[in-house]
Amino acid sequence: MNTVAVSEADAEAPPKRRGWSPTRVWGTILLVPYILVFLFFVVYPVCYGFWLARDPQSYVQLFEDPIFVRSIFNTLVFLLIGVNLKMLVALLLSGFFLHDRIWIRWLSLIFILPWAVPSIPTILSVRFMLNPEWGVINQLIFRFTAEDGPNWLNDPTLGLTFSILVHIWKSLPFWTLILLSGRLAISKDLYEAASVDGASSVQQFRFVTWPSMKTLYVTCTVLSMIWTLGDFNSVYLLTGGGPADLTHVLATLGIRYLRLDQVNLSMAAIVTALPLVLPLVYFMMRRLSK
Amino acid sequence: MKRLSLAGVAGEAKLLLIGIPVLIWTMLPIYHLFLFAISPRDAAFSGNVWPEEPTLRNFQIVLNQDHYFLIHFWEQLANSLIVAIATGALTLLVATFAAFAISRLKVEGGRTVMNLALFTYFIPAAFLAVPMYRTMGIYGLLNSKWALILAMVTVASPYAIWVLKQASDKLPYELDEAAVVDGASPLQLFWMVYLPLMKPSLVAVGTYALLLAWNEYLYAFLLLSRDTEITLPVALGNFLAADDSPWELLMTTGLIYALPPAAIYYAFKRYMVSGLTAGAVKS
Repeated sequence: MNTVAVSEADAEAPPKRRGWSPTRVWGTILLVPYILVFLFFVVYPVCYGFWLARDPQSYVQLFEDPIFVRSIFNTLVFLLIGVNLKMLVALLLSGFFLHDRIWIRWLSLIFILPWAVPSIPTILSVRFMLNPEWGVINQLIFRFTAEDGPNWLNDPTLGLTFSILVHIWKSLPFWTLILLSGRLAISKDLYEAASVDGASSVQQFRFVTWPSMKTLYVTCTVLSMIWTLGDFNSVYLLTGGGPADLTHVLATLGIRYLRLDQVNLSMAAIVTALPLVLPLVYFMMRRLSK
Repeated sequence: MKRLSLAGVAGEAKLLLIGIPVLIWTMLPIYHLFLFAISPRDAAFSGNVWPEEPTLRNFQIVLNQDHYFLIHFWEQLANSLIVAIATGALTLLVATFAAFAISRLKVEGGRTVMNLALFTYFIPAAFLAVPMYRTMGIYGLLNSKWALILAMVTVASPYAIWVLKQASDKLPYELDEAAVVDGASPLQLFWMVYLPLMKPSLVAVGTYALLLAWNEYLYAFLLLSRDTEITLPVALGNFLAADDSPWELLMTTGLIYALPPAAIYYAFKRYMVSGLTAGAVKS
């Protein structure tokens, strides 16, 4: 958390003692509520967390735990495959929603629902669909083949796959909307010029859309990676980290150790995620704090 | 009405080829939830697309708290509501003050506070949850709604400050100058000039914080545990622990819980979409 230390040094710079104008007094007073929230619920917990994670033994124990190693692997799969698949689909769908039709406008209203409704009922709904005995999928398999379907969530690979799909289901609308607003910001003239020059739609995408969208797309992907790292619900509510703790990601692993009363391990697991998080945060801070 | 041409029909078909899978993909879990809520217990497991005898009986059971899983339904719904409203109000207060001080009063150190807030926005929520849980224990707030409210204000306010600051920067400074020439104090400037102009952004940010708190599962599940203190999502999560979960009631409760955010979202759609998408990523 170097960035915090550096910025705080800034704030501590000696104030110029040149009279407290009402503007300055009020400005300071109005900042106090947020500063208090920040000190009590961010600075203190973060420092306390680092203090809990100070024992080198915790890290030895952590890396010897196969569940930890597996959850690092799962987290990377989530980030590299899940996020990129989601962003790619969002990019393509944003092109679809660009079409001006009444039915597409209605569809876009429905399409936003996964983002608007809370995770827990919908993820539990998916969980029930995948139930081996009573779930609708296996009911249908049984009806058509007279054989029992697989126990979907009992397979770590399938469990992780479905967790990623649930994650995509939930967050796809938001990113599609953002990329759609990016596409709408591109000047129509560029497309007209391109089509006069006889550019096909693929060429239009390559030479007009993509160059204008590249920065936005990369920023969105990085932000989405940070949020995906913090996504607890998709895994916990669907698989609970199971079977045999093989579908945990770092976000659920910390909570698992906490529930087992191994707070030091829990914090250490989160600290080991920092090399993954900080470069992404650094990138976003550079982008946004200009 | 456009003239139907072969190319037009082909283009429309191509769009439908994308639109129909998108519709099915989006609606599948939600429809499944709904189907369970209107099906009698046994029929829910049949794999039919529509129940032979749709019923509102599940809703009746949930609303009358007629099942031992649901004896605190109304209390838990009220808890969700209290937490959401308190979070929305407190976040608005904290964030509006901060954004006004930073953007309009140009207070010293404002930029630093802004960067700190932005940095907090980028800490994955699940990572802050563990130390937050311990901290709330130290503060003696565990199992109190305040723990959840304060945690949600912490999570929501960085983004709120950021969105409000972006919006405040766009207001013309001549307004402030004119008010100051007329002898307005900073506080009068805040009440009489700033707040009225910021109304659309305030609605967007307040709704954002409200929905965030209403929908929250992880923090709620860590910070609250007593049956009469938990919010509805935690109660839904607790269903899972039982072997004989009444799934049709779980789904019905889930549907009831999902309706308000969806309704609020559609009611404020205009503000939400422009406010949130403009704020989320500055391109």
